[in-house]
Amino acid sequence: MGVSDTPTLDKHLSRQQETRTPVVAKNKDLLILTYGALVAQLCKDYEKEEDVNKYLDKMGYGIGTRLVEDFLARSSLRRCHSYSEVTHIIAEVAFKMYLGVTPSVTCKNSSRNEFSLILDKTPLSEFVEMLPAGRSSLCYCSLLCGIIRGALEMVHLAADVTFLQDKLKGDSVTEIGITFLKQPEEKKYRWKQ
Amino acid sequence: MECVYTTEFKLMYGMLFSIRSFVSKMSPLDMKDGFLAFQTSRYKLHYYETPTGIKVVMNTDLGVGPIRDVLHHIYSALYVELVVKNPLCPLGQTVQSELFRSRLDSYVRSLSFFSARAG
Repeated sequence: MGVSDTPTLDKHLSRQQETRTPVVAKNKDLLILTYGALVAQLCKDYEKEEDVNKYLDKMGYGIGTRLVEDFLARSSLRRCHSYSEVTHIIAEVAFKMYLGVTPSVTCKNSSRNEFSLILDKTPLSEFVEMLPAGRSSLCYCSLLCGIIRGALEMVHLAADVTFLQDKLKGDSVTEIGITFLKQPEEKKYRWKQ
Repeated sequence: MECVYTTEFKLMYGMLFSIRSFVSKMSPLDMKDGFLAFQTSRYKLHYYETPTGIKVVMNTDLGVGPIRDVLHHIYSALYVELVVKNPLCPLGQTVQSELFRSRLDSYVRSLSFFSARAG
């Protein structure tokens, strides 16, 4: 990898832009199968599930930091004013745009910084029946947590994102928990109250 | 040549950061878009910022009206498509992509308010 690779990739990107076709549903299967192959390979490379989960989260983080730019470019949303608004946008706009599903949003606490996204079916694990034997603590969709965390960090919102429930582990739904970490607020001065 | 541009960029960044925070503190009502542009007797500086902190700045002459959609196009159709989506382009550094530079150049030259006389 070096500077010399960039011109060839540039040419490829420029050709791709000229013949751009709309994303069709059959790409979803390709994504799901690719993701499955990725997780299977990671399971072979790492013995412990915690390492696989951690690595998937790290990859997701890298994806999220770039995906957020594409999301902002396509959705042209204004700045949000509350954590609740941010979570609703993740669920209703971002999930819909990239995965074609809309999770429901619940707020877990009164200080309004802990939220859950409840998914009836996780798109990435559509073809997975159950986790392999001996891999019971594998979080199959850890990538999603990393993506959300990376994307939020790029808009200067620190958050902890984890799986609270997982359909693959026998729970009734898949639940992703987002906890926004409190940041020191800027003092706002107003000219007139 | 390289160090002249770096100094200019640093000065511009400091100035934009200060103006942006000043504008938001002075605003009597809740701000929607924030700082949009400033003009002097010689030129107008247009500004567009994304929630991720990417700033698009364009200097034009005084006859040019609001060009927020142009700056958004530069961000969405050029920067995101050619730099963010290119895994070999590291973010947070000077953009090395020749394709990005040439596409940006031809886009700016195609704008209705671009005058070839000014070069």
